[in-house]
Amino acid sequence: MPKISVPSARQPRQLLVQAQNLSLEVNGRRLLDDITFDLAAGQILTVIGPNGAGKTTLLRVLLGLQPGFSGRLWLRPELRIGYMPQRLAIDPSFPLSVHRFITLITPFPRHQVEQALAEVGASQVIDHPVQRISGGELQRVLLARALLREPDLLVLDEPIQGVDVHGQAELYLLLGRLRDERGCTILLVSHDLHLVMAATDRVLCLNRHLCCTGTPEAVVRCPEFIAMFGPQVGESLAVYRHREEHNHNHPQAVRPPE
Amino acid sequence: MDDFLFRALLGGLGVAAVAGPFGCFVVWRRLAYFGDTLAHSALLGVALGFLLELDLTLAVVAICMLLALLLFLLQQREGLAGDTLLGILAHSSLAVGLVVVGFQQTLRIDLMAYLFGDILAVTRLDLAWIWGGGLLMLTLLWRLWRPLLAVTVSPELAEVEGVPVRRVQLAFVLLMALLVAIMMKIVGLVLVTSLLIIPAAAARSLARSPEQMALLAVGVGALAVGGGLWVSLRWDAPAGPAIVVSAALLFVLSLGLERLLSADSR
Repeated sequence: MPKISVPSARQPRQLLVQAQNLSLEVNGRRLLDDITFDLAAGQILTVIGPNGAGKTTLLRVLLGLQPGFSGRLWLRPELRIGYMPQRLAIDPSFPLSVHRFITLITPFPRHQVEQALAEVGASQVIDHPVQRISGGELQRVLLARALLREPDLLVLDEPIQGVDVHGQAELYLLLGRLRDERGCTILLVSHDLHLVMAATDRVLCLNRHLCCTGTPEAVVRCPEFIAMFGPQVGESLAVYRHREEHNHNHPQAVRPPE
Repeated sequence: MDDFLFRALLGGLGVAAVAGPFGCFVVWRRLAYFGDTLAHSALLGVALGFLLELDLTLAVVAICMLLALLLFLLQQREGLAGDTLLGILAHSSLAVGLVVVGFQQTLRIDLMAYLFGDILAVTRLDLAWIWGGGLLMLTLLWRLWRPLLAVTVSPELAEVEGVPVRRVQLAFVLLMALLVAIMMKIVGLVLVTSLLIIPAAAARSLARSPEQMALLAVGVGALAVGGGLWVSLRWDAPAGPAIVVSAALLFVLSLGLERLLSADSR
């Protein structure tokens, strides 16, 4: 399989995840079709695709939440994963403060929780009921909770849902910073193409099968991407991305679908 | 105090102590209908116990656990075990129980005692079941507490963070089955769910943590048992329903208290 990857200057490209020919069929419906990719340490990889493309399903398979798939999935042994789910449905009758929510499984000392919340800019909600904070605050709290586990891999499912544009941009800046400062590898599912293109190392374009994968600027030129999101989107993103190219330079080829 | 009254109070308080914390989980996890289903199936256990000449409590525990296991397995399959499935299981097992009872002409079962409880007829053996089983259940719940809270908040998060989600869920469901069997003695199977959820709901407005809510629910349940027994003796009302009515009144009171507190904090 022709694959060009350029080692980053910052750290050696150690593989964290390797997925080969992942397929999943549920009740006769094929949700994932022959998906092959890998994820190297220190990367931000974003999964994009239309609704029902299997983005969340793919994450669930990687997280071990979805049994019954075929193919080969390898995770680096003792890989510590921090997971930020799409949403939380906690019944309002559950008296649970943010602090308690974060320390539910591992009883981190309070100062550590305060520090983690400060890092994501959500210190003010530490004693609030977790059901009463805003969508943006909840995302930060979930992120702080994931970070406290000092994960090698951070997995975020649609981290910008229900958060305003300003909040989205801030979140992506934060993710970039986490990668740079902590060397955290980040895998996320997203809808917002503009932010994805600006803040991602690699994009995985999914529509049950793998349409294309590569750098953002390569993926927007991929025919299946253009067919999916329209030529205008591709062009505007390419222009948008072009402005960023001065400081990011990861030439990487598009891998055509098999 | 009369001996039977003392036993009634002891039994009622024992049930309240166990129903409080478990009831909180029923409320948090929205399992009221699930509790109902287990309770309804208990009558089938009673009927079969009579038919096969088994200890009735044991028969109820067995049937409830079987049903709980069945529901647990069905819920593993997506797209099944919604309200409809629970309703079908609840009412068909109740109906089968009634039919089996109806066939036994020689053995007359005091149906009312099972449907609505007979706290004033609590025997020493019942007390042994309530306190022995109750202590066992509370011990197990205490050990399950943290993972169970985590699973209640989010099964996915818990799973990723290493909690054995399915084992925890299964353990909880089986404990619920045992709980239904001992609660039936006091309030009857029709009212089991109410004594689970009403004290927990009343405790909600005052509680700031899961533990506080569980303890407060025990308190509310104990008050309801005391109040219900008193009403039952004073006016010769059926005890099980009187207990539930007291719990409901305490719930209304808690709503008023919540208003008062939120007005205070402003």
